[in-house]
Amino acid sequence: MLAIAPPGPGPYLALSAALFALGAAGLLVRRNALVMFMCVELMLNAVNLSFVTLARELDDLGGQIAVFFVLVVAAAEVVVGLGIIVAIFRRRQGATADDLSVLKG
Amino acid sequence: MHDLIWLIPALPLAGFAFLAFFGKRLGEPAAGWVATLAVGASFLTTVGVYLSLLGEDHTERAYTQTLFTWLPVGGLSVDFGFLADPLSITMCLFVTGIATLIHLYSVGYMHGDERFTKFFVYLNLFVFSMLMLVLGDNLLITFLGWEGVGACSYFLISFWHEDEANASAGKKAFVTNRIGDFGFMVAVFFTFGALGTLNYQGIVAASPSLATTTATVIAAMLFLGACGKSAQLPLYVWLPDAMAGPTPVSALIHAATMVTAGVYLMTRMNPVIVEAASWVPWMIAGVGAATALFAATIAVAQNDIKKVLAYSTVSQLGYMFLAVGSGAYVAAIFHMVTHAFFKALMFLGSGSVIHGMGGEQDMRRMGALRKLMPITAFTFIVGWLAIAGFPFFSGFFSKDEILLYAYEKSPILWAVGTVTALLTAFYMTRQVILVFFGEARWDRPLAEAVPELAAEREANHVHEGHGAGPAGEIHPHESPWTMLTPLVVLAPLAFVGGWLNSPFWGAGHFLEHWLEPVIEFGEAPMTAGTGAKISLALIATAAGLLGIAAAGAVYLRKRQDLMAKIEQPILAKGWYYDSSIAAFMGGPGRKAFDAVAWFDKHVIDGAVNGVATVVGKGADRGRLVQTGYVRNYALGLTFGVILLVGLFLTKAVF
Repeated sequence: MLAIAPPGPGPYLALSAALFALGAAGLLVRRNALVMFMCVELMLNAVNLSFVTLARELDDLGGQIAVFFVLVVAAAEVVVGLGIIVAIFRRRQGATADDLSVLKG
Repeated sequence: MHDLIWLIPALPLAGFAFLAFFGKRLGEPAAGWVATLAVGASFLTTVGVYLSLLGEDHTERAYTQTLFTWLPVGGLSVDFGFLADPLSITMCLFVTGIATLIHLYSVGYMHGDERFTKFFVYLNLFVFSMLMLVLGDNLLITFLGWEGVGACSYFLISFWHEDEANASAGKKAFVTNRIGDFGFMVAVFFTFGALGTLNYQGIVAASPSLATTTATVIAAMLFLGACGKSAQLPLYVWLPDAMAGPTPVSALIHAATMVTAGVYLMTRMNPVIVEAASWVPWMIAGVGAATALFAATIAVAQNDIKKVLAYSTVSQLGYMFLAVGSGAYVAAIFHMVTHAFFKALMFLGSGSVIHGMGGEQDMRRMGALRKLMPITAFTFIVGWLAIAGFPFFSGFFSKDEILLYAYEKSPILWAVGTVTALLTAFYMTRQVILVFFGEARWDRPLAEAVPELAAEREANHVHEGHGAGPAGEIHPHESPWTMLTPLVVLAPLAFVGGWLNSPFWGAGHFLEHWLEPVIEFGEAPMTAGTGAKISLALIATAAGLLGIAAAGAVYLRKRQDLMAKIEQPILAKGWYYDSSIAAFMGGPGRKAFDAVAWFDKHVIDGAVNGVATVVGKGADRGRLVQTGYVRNYALGLTFGVILLVGLFLTKAVF
């Protein structure tokens, strides 16, 4: 049997950090509401990954439970968020976030 | 009869309520009779209570009737109760007695007035308030009555408010009294703060435990209140102007009853005054003596028949405060009672004269009225002899007693009082001669009879009806019986009133024994021997007779040169006290108030508005942060997270 030593948490956490940074950067630089939305999802899942990694590493189920919560909340958020985006699409041409600045102080 | 105390104020209150609702329908003169009946019944009740108190043992003569708990607030619990003791019943007796007579008089005096009913509504309300003032068993009920009589005084001074002068006289009285009321209120606060009670019997019981400073503040503040209500220097200015009201009002409110409320209050609170620093009684006596002399000098040069009596009232009230300050509370109450008799008598007499003269109030237009108005003249002369201190008339006894105690306090006070007695006799004699003796100055047109008065009126644009009678001939006549009856009743009282507390009589000093339980704390001991007493009495009598003789010599002989010397313009103008105040308030005072207004507008308001402006401007800047762009908010979030993570990391590391 080829014995491959299981990798430590390092690579998982690095991946999680990379994904999070990717999402955050995307959120800041993109203007399309739909893409920004996907970036948020990316960040959420990056966090989920680190939760799971640490749950296994520390042998603590708490982390996995937290992931379930995040998933549920994210699903709810998607429902609401997509609803809003669809509503905006119906009213306007396109969904560029910079066009939506009516809350300007 | 004890249980009927509540009826004493309730009857005038019922009269007030009844007339307020049904008075218009009753009309004249039924409304006046209802009012008179209400007050008369109150007087009879008072007599009943008095007789039953008299039947009690000397020390048991105090009866409290608590109707209900009025203000239960935390540590303060004020009962709505009445206290019948020798002092309050003495006050009630002469208040209701004289009020009944004056109600009767008013039925005649106010005949034909378009607001006849309203007058009696106010008059009954006044009597009710005055009785609350004297019967209340705590300071707060007294204050309630105090404010009530002040309001009624205001209503009645401006009763004929179509005339601008009357309306402003009412306002003047009200505003001046307010200054005094401030003192009263502060005294009430301090009393509660120090003693925890406002009940008079509680105050008497607890007063020995008062700290001197507290007692001083309470006594001084009470005196400020008394100065306002009883027209003492420097707050006397409203009383001469209060003569703008109908004459019965002047007699009842501004001579006999309301203005003596200050003396009543000081007497009631005498246990506190005793605990105060010694300068407080000195101040009271000093202010009283100064007011007595000051007002008497002004009265000498007045030409308005009611103004003379008004300044005379201020002067006599000064006597009462001189007595209070000298610790002669019995003498103060004694003089209050005799003064109520003779001053009410003279005010009503002057009203009768004004009525007969067709509204004329200037004495220069009168003269020789004794033949046409014999009853008015005779009763007025009785009042004159009483106030002048003619031997065995009421004023003789009461004034002597005050002067005796003043001498014990300080010979200077006594000297001022004696000079005032001389002046009093002088100006009252002058008035009697000008009005009832000498030549008639009303049987010709004004311009012919009294050219200088005609010229004065021409210059000041005074027309008939502002206390000025017709310019043509006047036909004086005696007044109706409703007006004469009170005069006829009061005249004997003004004569014999002095025997209430006379040293010549077996049962004399009745008032002193009667009042003893109330004033035992404050009354000064009398140390003068019989010889000193007799010589002081002789000097005072001589001063009174000298005043009468001097005035007779000048005015009966019509010495125009001497008259001009005596009636100095500065006296006629009241030492320019009023006009100085007016000039100050119009000039530098006005500037000072403008400065205060400027300070208020620019500094106080400026500070408030400044804060609002800074917040507004700052918010304008802060608004720009809210761009409405999602990316900006996201960037903000990111920086926030980085900051937080940085914070946690540094925490974890160090």
